[in-house]
Amino acid sequence: MNDDPHEYKAAFEDIPGTRIFNSERARKGYSLNQFCMTLMNPVNRANWLADEEAYLKDWKITPDQKKALLKRDYNKLLELGGNIYYLAKVFSTDGLSFVQAVSTMTGMEVEDYQAMMAAGGRSPDGLRSIKDNT
Amino acid sequence: MARITAGIATSHVPLIGVGIDQNKSQDPYFKPIFKGYEWTKAWIEQPENKPDVVILVYNDHASAFGQEIIPSFSIGCAEKFKSADEGWGPRPVPLIRNHTDFAWHIAESLIIDEFDMTIINDMDVDHGLTVPLSAIFGQPTEWPTLVVPIMVNVITYPIASGDRCFRLGEAIKKAVERFPENLNVQIWGTGGMSHQLQGPRAGLINQQWDKRFLDDLTSNPERLRKLPHIEYLREAGSEGIELVMWLVMLGALTNPKELHRHYHVPASNTALGHIVLENEK
Repeated sequence: MNDDPHEYKAAFEDIPGTRIFNSERARKGYSLNQFCMTLMNPVNRANWLADEEAYLKDWKITPDQKKALLKRDYNKLLELGGNIYYLAKVFSTDGLSFVQAVSTMTGMEVEDYQAMMAAGGRSPDGLRSIKDNT
Repeated sequence: MARITAGIATSHVPLIGVGIDQNKSQDPYFKPIFKGYEWTKAWIEQPENKPDVVILVYNDHASAFGQEIIPSFSIGCAEKFKSADEGWGPRPVPLIRNHTDFAWHIAESLIIDEFDMTIINDMDVDHGLTVPLSAIFGQPTEWPTLVVPIMVNVITYPIASGDRCFRLGEAIKKAVERFPENLNVQIWGTGGMSHQLQGPRAGLINQQWDKRFLDDLTSNPERLRKLPHIEYLREAGSEGIELVMWLVMLGALTNPKELHRHYHVPASNTALGHIVLENEK
């Protein structure tokens, strides 16, 4: 294993369409992710759904994070430091399954995404490395 | 003396739990998923295969641990654990009961052996732990085994290397063998196989890579313990990294023999893998 933290992390940035939850993202997304954790409680879920903007008032999240959250723009939320297992609390509260929520990040309709999974999923061919594809 | 008799690995996809909780075993989508567990269910009911304790290796998915505390390796030492509310209400499963003397003994032994475990005395357990129990034991009113939870951080990087996970398994084996009570112990490794739940590359599945991983659990464990993180991420998707937890199981076994294997695509976004390994007597 590469024991230089910079090289260790840099290698992950070469994977297309993927954001590994490194320390930079974890720090940027701290409040956003901790907000998500509060949705593990039915009372909080009801309050959140009743008035999302009001619920966010006490959270130190950035205007960009807030906008992406209200739009349920999961790719943007990942870019802004969100992590999928934290964000899962938001889409679960919306009554979405993992397949339904995850498909929104792929640019595919959920039916097409499901059909792709049923046919064996997305092949890694051509999706292993940004460098090797240029 | 306590002894590890078998290792079981399985994916812990939340949807498997949904299928069980909503009694969908005859549904065409779920039928092939559950079929591969039938062998294991019959096997584990035989008295010689019934564990007294399962050491269950899994990762918490931002349920017990938020970003405020991120332990690389931790062990549950509480008497019991309840099912976590992950955003859709807790799964309706029995309380999970621990063997606390054994859990504390393992914690002590591991720490003395230089694995600096975080000791968890209060936590809820999420699908990572409850789905494997349901897949293998179905819907009992009480779980037929005690469970020692071992949690591995596979979310916030850097995470432990595959080799480090394997060596943790070796240290667990030593700890088990030092416990005086006669116990039939199984070690379960959970998570995987290939899947990616994020970004435009979501839905990635690599059947060839997964099958080689399953083969090498018995035929080439040395290859598996040396796999770098980047290979898991490139080949098996960002969440395929969970497979390092299977290496904790593998490290705790001696010359394991494959008894049963199940592989099916898809379960939700995931390639489902399940294997039963008998430990050398």
